[in-house]
Amino acid sequence: MTTTTAPITPVAQADPGAPVGSRRRRNRAARRALTPYAFLLPALVMELLVHLVPMAVGVWISFHNLTQFFIRRWSQAPFVGLENYRVVLDWSGPTGADLLHSLFVTIIYTVCSVGLSWLFGFTAGVLLQKRFRGRNLLRTMFLTPYALPAYAAVITWSFLLQRDQGMLNHVLVDQLHLADERPFWLIGDNSLWSLIMVAVWRTWPFALLCITAGLQAIPPDLYEASAMDGAGFLRQVREVTLPMLAPVNRVLILVLVLWSFNDFSTPFVLFGGSAPRPAELISIHIYESSFITWNFGLGSAMSVLLLLFLFIVTVVYLLAVNRRRRDA
Amino acid sequence: MRLKRRSALALAAALVVPLAAACGSAEEPDSLAGTTITYWASNQGTSLEHDASVLQPELDKFKERTGITVNLEVIGWDNLLNRILAAATSGQGPDVLNIGNTWSASLQATGAFLPFDDATLAAVGGKDRFLEGSLSATGAPGQPPVGVPLYSMAYVLYYNKKLFAEAGLDAPPTTWDELVEYGKKLTTGDQWGLVVEGANISENSHHAFTFAQQHGGDFFDAQGKPQFDADANVAGIKRYLDFMAVHKIVNPSAAEYANNQSLSDFASGKAAMLLWQAADTALQQYGMNPDDYGVAPVPFEVPTPAGGRRVNSMVAGINITVFAETKHKEAALELVKFLTSDEEQIILNKAYASLPTVHGAYRDPAFQTDTVKIFQDVLANTAAPLPAVPEEAQFETLVGTAIKDLFADIASGKTVTEADIKAKLAAANAQVTPSS
Repeated sequence: MTTTTAPITPVAQADPGAPVGSRRRRNRAARRALTPYAFLLPALVMELLVHLVPMAVGVWISFHNLTQFFIRRWSQAPFVGLENYRVVLDWSGPTGADLLHSLFVTIIYTVCSVGLSWLFGFTAGVLLQKRFRGRNLLRTMFLTPYALPAYAAVITWSFLLQRDQGMLNHVLVDQLHLADERPFWLIGDNSLWSLIMVAVWRTWPFALLCITAGLQAIPPDLYEASAMDGAGFLRQVREVTLPMLAPVNRVLILVLVLWSFNDFSTPFVLFGGSAPRPAELISIHIYESSFITWNFGLGSAMSVLLLLFLFIVTVVYLLAVNRRRRDA
Repeated sequence: MRLKRRSALALAAALVVPLAAACGSAEEPDSLAGTTITYWASNQGTSLEHDASVLQPELDKFKERTGITVNLEVIGWDNLLNRILAAATSGQGPDVLNIGNTWSASLQATGAFLPFDDATLAAVGGKDRFLEGSLSATGAPGQPPVGVPLYSMAYVLYYNKKLFAEAGLDAPPTTWDELVEYGKKLTTGDQWGLVVEGANISENSHHAFTFAQQHGGDFFDAQGKPQFDADANVAGIKRYLDFMAVHKIVNPSAAEYANNQSLSDFASGKAAMLLWQAADTALQQYGMNPDDYGVAPVPFEVPTPAGGRRVNSMVAGINITVFAETKHKEAALELVKFLTSDEEQIILNKAYASLPTVHGAYRDPAFQTDTVKIFQDVLANTAAPLPAVPEEAQFETLVGTAIKDLFADIASGKTVTEADIKAKLAAANAQVTPSS
């Protein structure tokens, strides 16, 4: 509080000859101007404490050799400059190569899970746009995966995906006879697709929720007018729905990409802490690099690089969509 | 002042020990009464609740005798190491805690735990009370141990007597060749000769250690440098993987087992043999009658490969230690002394089907059965501690993961050669963070 009120004093002192009334008025005006900031202050302090300070500490750790020998007195860990970054960015070394591998896996995972989640959410949203009996019931049902706690939902999937006792193989192999051999879903190459499937199942209701909200803001006259002009359903989707939804989609896709890129709980719960290599997302990789090999400096360097990467992606994305909006 | 009190405590302890712990409370200093300490117990029973129900009555007993209140928290294995690291970093932790004995050297290096020097050891009853084998897994050689052993365990071979009889086999295998031969006879239809916990990283690393030892392999050289991809280690691990890959006596599904599915497969007769430590409580929970299975030492490689050692188990077990930042050191050591007393060792190890770590507890008839004698014999003669180097925890994770990946490759039909194993181990080796 003291810091925010401090600037008032010099103003008051600057003009000692001013009439008392105007000074008081000016004080009141200054106070009024500061009030919103006073209200913001607690949130700002919390934001600093919860987000920015740990981030700054993370950056600090990335320049130090923080291993098990120093975790008790971590502030005394030896400074190693850019060494951690050199190791992490050396694509021909084992650490760098692994990071690059998990970056590719994460990009595939993000593109697939965001793409499919959006597609499902959009399709369901458009189909549920018109009133019909049972619409609310369907909407509620579709939202269930989003409402379930992540741990409970994902652990259930890990049971469904087991090779011998899992329901998926029971349906695919025993009932539909689609394969002779029972495939593995939790290890080997299929594990990435299992992960994407579970992630889409968890995320698409959120896309549906946002898109439904966006669709409700489209004036019905637009559809009527386009119908008069002879537009069919698909033409309406293309010419009316999609352009009108663009502002919602812009934010929705950005949020989904950031979430998927950082997703930790889905792979962690699905694979029980150690993801198979084909499904090793970058968040899991960083966790393993820091908590399992106890090299927090290396892990922090990877985290900082991930932060920079996502920051650049976000800026480029926002610039691109904003330019398109201005051009349009 | 502190030293004086400590030696007084040691003296009191030395006087009390021969009388056994039953009457060990009369001499406690009054100042400890009313103290409250926190104890993090590891998950030894079938669930965290089971552990709490075993430990709480004992801790109540402890409070009655000493006036010290213990706040108990049972922590699952998948969380324990992270919780310990967080405690070490922040200095905010429990007073007393359990650690996997294989982590001893790694955690010792953090300096976050009280070194159990001679005076401290005397305060908890003296070094001689403990089994020597169990004491060998309490930290790096030449340094004060980082705690004392609490529960002892060893790997043994569990075999299903009924399935053995059906296959015309009257005794468990004693060599790996025999195990393969018997395994083939026992593998029919939905039933498999052996089961492994292929996606369980620590199980994998324990077996890697034993098999490598039998082939003369060490994962760290004498200077403590990692050498995961040494030829003997590759040969040992190949022997283990080949049960699934070449001899096909293990269900390929076991490659994804990480949550004790192998115990349930063994208990339900889907697999005839299992390599495990202290499985009795769990097997009975899965509905298996104790008369239906037998226990035998883990087989050996015969003929012994060049340099091979007569080791068929790691020194498995749980240690109890005191957090260095504790404000209640005396009370914490009191609890350590209580839990390692003969009386409590008998009660707790019976409940968990593990073995006492103190000589005195073995006079109880429960620890004089044939099965316990097998465990005891393994621990006394053919068990070796996992490498006592600061990077041990990394060894478990990296090698365990490499084997998990190799099992996954085998299960999906790929051929895994010695060169593949060596390459995987070399990659794991390259990820070890040097200790200094």
